[in-house]
Amino acid sequence: MLGEGIIQGLVETARNFFGSYTEKNRLVTVQYPEERHELPEASRNFPFLLYDGKDPEAGLRCVACQICEKECPPRCIHIEKSKDKKPDFVGKQQAYPAVFDIDVSVCMSCQICVEVCPFDAIRMDKVYELSTDDRFGGLLYTKKELAKPNEYYQKIHPVEAAETDGRRVKEAEEAKAKAAAAEAAAKAKAASAASAAASGPQPVVSDAIAKEKQS
Amino acid sequence: MRDALLDRDVYEPEEGEIMEVSMGPHHPSTHGVFRMDVKLEGERVVKLKPVFGYLHRNHEKIAEHGAYLSAIPYTDRLDYLCSMTNNWGYVLAVEKLAGIAVPERAEYLRVIVAELTRFQNHAGLIGFLLQDMGASGTPLMYAFREREKILDLFESLSGARMMCNYMRFGGLRVDATKEWLDEVRALVGRLPQFVDEYEALLRANEILLARTQGTGVLPRELAINTGVTGPMLRASGVNYDIRKVDHYGIYDRFTFKVPLGEHGDVYDRYMMRLLEMRETLKLLEQALHDIPEGPVMDPKVRLRGLRPKAGEAYGRIESPKGELGFFLISDGSGNPYRYRVRPPSMINLTILEDMCVGENIADTVIILGSVDIVLGEVDR
Amino acid sequence: MMASANSADQVFVTLKDVIVAQVPAPFQTLVSILISVAMIIVVFAALFALTTVFERKGLGRIQNRYGPNRVGPWGVMQPLADALKSLTKEDIVPKRADRLVHYLAPLVLVGVVFLSYAVLPVGRNMTAVDLDTGVLYFFAVGAATELAVFMAGWSSHNKYSLLGAMRAIAQMISYEIPLILSSVPVIMMAGTLSLVTIVEQQNRYTAGIAHWNVFTPWGLAGFILFMIAATAETNRSPFDLPEGESEIIAGYFIEYSGFKFALFFLAEYLEMFAVSGLGITLFLGGWSSPVSLLAWIPSWLWFFGKLLALIFAFIWVRGTLPRLRMDQLMNFAWKFMLPMTLIVILSAGVWRFLSPGVVGPKPLGGVIRWLVCALVILAPYILLARMLERGRKIEKRTYRFAE
Repeated sequence: MLGEGIIQGLVETARNFFGSYTEKNRLVTVQYPEERHELPEASRNFPFLLYDGKDPEAGLRCVACQICEKECPPRCIHIEKSKDKKPDFVGKQQAYPAVFDIDVSVCMSCQICVEVCPFDAIRMDKVYELSTDDRFGGLLYTKKELAKPNEYYQKIHPVEAAETDGRRVKEAEEAKAKAAAAEAAAKAKAASAASAAASGPQPVVSDAIAKEKQS
Repeated sequence: MRDALLDRDVYEPEEGEIMEVSMGPHHPSTHGVFRMDVKLEGERVVKLKPVFGYLHRNHEKIAEHGAYLSAIPYTDRLDYLCSMTNNWGYVLAVEKLAGIAVPERAEYLRVIVAELTRFQNHAGLIGFLLQDMGASGTPLMYAFREREKILDLFESLSGARMMCNYMRFGGLRVDATKEWLDEVRALVGRLPQFVDEYEALLRANEILLARTQGTGVLPRELAINTGVTGPMLRASGVNYDIRKVDHYGIYDRFTFKVPLGEHGDVYDRYMMRLLEMRETLKLLEQALHDIPEGPVMDPKVRLRGLRPKAGEAYGRIESPKGELGFFLISDGSGNPYRYRVRPPSMINLTILEDMCVGENIADTVIILGSVDIVLGEVDR
Repeated sequence: MMASANSADQVFVTLKDVIVAQVPAPFQTLVSILISVAMIIVVFAALFALTTVFERKGLGRIQNRYGPNRVGPWGVMQPLADALKSLTKEDIVPKRADRLVHYLAPLVLVGVVFLSYAVLPVGRNMTAVDLDTGVLYFFAVGAATELAVFMAGWSSHNKYSLLGAMRAIAQMISYEIPLILSSVPVIMMAGTLSLVTIVEQQNRYTAGIAHWNVFTPWGLAGFILFMIAATAETNRSPFDLPEGESEIIAGYFIEYSGFKFALFFLAEYLEMFAVSGLGITLFLGGWSSPVSLLAWIPSWLWFFGKLLALIFAFIWVRGTLPRLRMDQLMNFAWKFMLPMTLIVILSAGVWRFLSPGVVGPKPLGGVIRWLVCALVILAPYILLARMLERGRKIEKRTYRFAE
């Protein structure tokens, strides 16, 4: 009660006052906008769509399966599937989104759309300086604003991008190998059918023995 | 007049002017949009009515309309300062409902992030309490400096500082790298010094002692009858910590103590949280030492389109505010039939009038601060 | 041994004499008075502007953050931005408020506070009005500020502001008494109420050290009590319950906006300077330097240097301590400060009684005198503190842990 607790408090405060000039780690303010806090790699803010190559329309990975639209908790994604199809990175014919809108003012950056996407088409961005003065349309991002190249993704999330790219390269190779094997099988079948038609009726050879003969 | 239940003298207003003041939703010290209709006689409180609901956001109804997975980001926003423990409560309830097991490493990581959450919540709360007392933000800024370090750790782990959305049924969303664990170990090594500095700044301060000791007393029987939980209950002397009672997760593998108070006043509640901060650091050291390698997610669990069998489950955890419980009834479909949150802040708040009657209006704010409410949880 | 006046010290006095000599004879006193008044207003208002930045940056550094640093280098143009803001805000008067009193309250407050600067000796020969009853005048004018505070609280027709005003009145009246009583020992020893004479008596040097009142035990205790009472008089933390920011949100000036709000702020800070100035004059030797070696530094520089040091102490205390509650404040004033000030008066009397020569030869007698008077103050302080502690049931608690 003699006042020593107050003196202790005053000493502590004075130490912080002088320490903020001398010790580096006391003053933790980042002087925005001259300096910017460096965001860690895993940081996420709003989603964006990925495309491979140079053309956002042709290289867009999204196939409009609408899984992210269904799973999004606040329902901020709006997708309209296209009527025609185009080939994707393994060569299969897939649809594409004619309309892909995300309402960024509703999106809560929960990342569930990224988790459930089977095609690595949507990923989380790190931007936070998105303010606009257009109250109604300024925060509704269409496909054109959302599509960003794969190089951008590699820049902002290098570890995740390396893992995704590695997986996609492997899938592409596997698909190519399978396609080559299927093509070779079809060619062999066509050759054997043609030779059978040219040389008249032949004893029926089962497919397994014929395949063994070729390999 | 002596009130038998409160076991103390209750102030009887005489014939005088009763002034009704609304410490309204816009107030610097009510920890959110919260209103108290206070009837004053001079400076003494005669009657107090808490009015809340200004932040009601239909959380339970939204969760009942979406899938089980979609409710996890919404639970982040219940007690928005402690999103990891909110996630854990909900995920625990779903795991009980669907009978999902959790791998070892995931359990250890859950304990680590939950205890880090508890630490930053208590540090921030003590800072807020002192801010309400008029210490113009100095202890608050010191606490926030440490809290920022913990939030940076959360950001590098889960991607967001506060709305972490990290836990899933059957484990966690991503694994923690070795560098992250080393950073946590380094931080935990530095934190005891901060707790000592913090305690030294305030424990012997006569003004603090004079204002908080003997104010806002909550007797033991009343606390138990009202369903108060968390540090508030332990400050009144009741030994009830859900980590010790329920042994959820792997808490029974660690040794830690539970501090108990005697008087149940504001000073005891504030000291409870300070002492719990130290116990949290001990828990963290043990968990960081023992954490094994392994997967953090059971690969057979369906996250999308989880359809638990019909039944009900109640999962509860010791959140920094008290007992956070989630009651789920499933009817076999992909949406819960009934989803109910037991909010500790709201239930601790019901006793506010009994604690404040007879005190000065200046103390009302301190007593409210010591209850530790977050309006996101009170109103859901 | 008095320090001699030099030209740097008297630069403002000679400047004023030059200007007054330009004016024809019948108007010379009027112009001289106007110049003094204008100088006081300009200097102290500029000091107010500087203090707002100083306070915000000081509090910021205590809290490990920068203060304002965007407007001008190191934020020194911030008061300009704040002044522009408060001038351009809408002036809202509540519908059922008493308009005349509501309008007059800030004006009365600022006017009365400026009046108290008239008797402060800011430098050698630099007092605006050299009254024989300077101390009495100062306290009389200081008490008039309470009237203005109550005018503000009452006329706003708002429960919060009425609460704030009543708290403010109770607090200020209670702390007037320790404030005045803690200056009584100085008046006793100096034998005069005139502030100029009190400073000149402290301007003597023995062995190079000045005869400041704060170097005596009763002066030191009196100074501490004076500064505590001054903090309470000007509603600064930890006694800022009337403007309890987190409870009743700005108390008695809650219904003021725009420039009137700025005037309340101005008045609070000016009162802080005035009462610090009085403390410096009574206890810290006014414009004199503590050691005769440094007496060549101009006297007004010494005064403002000491004033800045006291302002920094105010800011330091504000950044550290939480607020006292109303009844604790009252208890502190009546049960602790009042007996302590009476004991300090007793100690001053003992000091005069034990004048050198009575107890022993020169150096030893002085030391014994110092120790005896210090004991006269410390023993009752410890006893009183222990008694109050027992009465209030504050205890050191230990906590048990369960497994």
